[in-house]
Amino acid sequence: KIESLKVTVDFLKVPLGLKKPPLKEALAAVPGPGRPKLLGVERHKPRRSDTMDNESQYSGYSYKSGHSRSSRKHRDRRDRHRSKSRDGSRGDKSVTIQAPGEPLLDNESTRGDERDDNWGETTTVVTGTSEHSISHDDITRITKDMEDSAHLDCSRHLGVSLAGALALLAFLTPLAFMLLPQLLWREELEPCGTPCEGLFISVAFKLLILLLGSWALFFRRPKAFFPRVFVFRALLMVLVFLLVVSYWLFYGVRILDSRDRNYQGVVQYAVSLVDALLFVHYLAVVLLELRQLQPQFTLKAVRSADGASRFYNVGHLSIQRAAVWILENYYHDFPVYNPALLNLPKSVLSKKMSGFKVYSLGEENTTNNSTGQSRAVIAAAARRRDNSHNEYYYEEAEHERRVRKRRARLVVAVEEAFTHIKRLQEEDQKNPREIMDPREAAQAIFASMARAMQKYLRTTKQQPYHTMESILQHLEFCITHDMTPKVRRGRGERYLTAGPTIQYHKDRWLAKQWTLVSEEPVTNGLKDGVVFVLKRQDFSLVVSTKKIPFFKLSEEFVDPKSHKFVMRLQSETSV
Amino acid sequence: PAIAILSYFIFFQQRIEIHKLRQGDNLILGFSIGGGIDQDPTQNPFSEDKTDKGIYVTRVTEGGPAEVAGLQIGDKIMQVNGWDMTMVTHDQARKRLTKRNEEVVRLLVTRQSLQKAVQQSMMS
Repeated sequence: KIESLKVTVDFLKVPLGLKKPPLKEALAAVPGPGRPKLLGVERHKPRRSDTMDNESQYSGYSYKSGHSRSSRKHRDRRDRHRSKSRDGSRGDKSVTIQAPGEPLLDNESTRGDERDDNWGETTTVVTGTSEHSISHDDITRITKDMEDSAHLDCSRHLGVSLAGALALLAFLTPLAFMLLPQLLWREELEPCGTPCEGLFISVAFKLLILLLGSWALFFRRPKAFFPRVFVFRALLMVLVFLLVVSYWLFYGVRILDSRDRNYQGVVQYAVSLVDALLFVHYLAVVLLELRQLQPQFTLKAVRSADGASRFYNVGHLSIQRAAVWILENYYHDFPVYNPALLNLPKSVLSKKMSGFKVYSLGEENTTNNSTGQSRAVIAAAARRRDNSHNEYYYEEAEHERRVRKRRARLVVAVEEAFTHIKRLQEEDQKNPREIMDPREAAQAIFASMARAMQKYLRTTKQQPYHTMESILQHLEFCITHDMTPKVRRGRGERYLTAGPTIQYHKDRWLAKQWTLVSEEPVTNGLKDGVVFVLKRQDFSLVVSTKKIPFFKLSEEFVDPKSHKFVMRLQSETSV
Repeated sequence: PAIAILSYFIFFQQRIEIHKLRQGDNLILGFSIGGGIDQDPTQNPFSEDKTDKGIYVTRVTEGGPAEVAGLQIGDKIMQVNGWDMTMVTHDQARKRLTKRNEEVVRLLVTRQSLQKAVQQSMMS
């Protein structure tokens, strides 16, 4: 019996190069910053309320505060790190692994490629945790996370430094090969003229090309941390290591020991190593970049909360890479998750909940009884005449009408507001007091359409997503670029419809924390029928895979002269 | 039983004798035909087999000589005065029916309803 493996992956926003504080200090520090952070959240509320609206309900913040303490503390710890770190990090995502009881894989092969310093895309972490620890209370969970992250950073730094060392070694080896004879037994060497010089030049340029190629391919900011080793990169690292080691071995035996006099031979030996490294680089390009380009699978991502779904075509990827791909596309394809829109209006639901009570009359067979009971309840509920669908329909129609009315008002207000703004021409001599910069202009016209906009947003329940600041910024943007009100309205689509998640302010999509749940090991490649789930606190993305079918294209030749036509009639003649 | 089997292979046919009516300069028969080997057989509403390119009666004028003689709409004309009509073009069929020197035409027609009636009576 094969147990299903559940790998929990958390994407943290921890920039690289961050020193992890020792465990105790971190633990002690958690309640401290936790409280100011909470206050910060509280403080936001009144500020927003008096600028936007007198409404006291903000569904966005209310659901945020409804979360578990652990996740908030988790977030707070992350935020604390974020504020501590001082490089302009652009959305690094990292992953902590919480695989139950998996031993650490070969430490050497954890790291990605051989040529990078600040690039750690894969990591594995040993945790002493078992599956029971998941059900413990928050402190234990935080402790575990701390441990994991501490482990994570340690191993990540270790892996990165290992990869860097290997890269450096591989890079310097040819140079060493060529220099050592010169240093050690210079007198005995045969002179070597033009062929050697040619070889020197070729080595120099090849090394330069190798350097540039590695920089282009590997020196990239990682977009995500994977829970498991990236098989191809591990393979490449091992390959490079073996290559270099075998070259050194032969070098040591054949050349150093026997003090070979043929310098040209030595240089050619070094050149052959550089060629081999270039070919390994080629292999890296093919394995890491090219193989996944040709689409092989169709992934269907469905959001569990509201059913929004998208299809994506990907090539051969492992499950974890496919997950990252899906998430990247999620942020710009899926409309933002608005929990306020999901619930049925209360008037509809309130009538429904009169359940049936089922009494068992002393039967002994419990299992049969329960299924029988539930089936009876369901059947009875179905038979009961239920008019809630009526109310739902009317409620929907009413809501639709209201939204349209407010939208019309908003559109008119925007149009009117924009007619007042005119770009200052150079010839016009205006009073300096009247000249405004975009920000002031935005503020000026915002006042005239504020009310209509507020009402609209309240109706569509979008007000948590649009702070006044963001609206002003958007207005500024439109004004600066001379967008006509029509364009403004078109761009106002971003208010009129729920746009993709990524266009909202960063705080909106604050959780880059996703959990990958899969039954198969996540380094397995995608296959037809694989299903995995990306979880967040309030919803999850269910991703299912389907193989793109094999297309059989056959050819049919049509002779242009074969296009001939006849009239086919059914004439009727009277006789 | 042998007779029953044989009867399936006999097409029930009817002989109709039409006396042409003189109308001005023309002799008319009082019906319209459709079909022919140069026509599209799939558009024939009266044929059972849509590849049948025979000549069918598509209209029968009321009170005309054809109706009086018993011709019905949907009849397939097999022979006209001994000339075969199953493999002729539309125009040839028309010509054979409207020969100026003939006052009487004797048609051999077959009718689906007749066939069915015969089959049913054979089966019962």
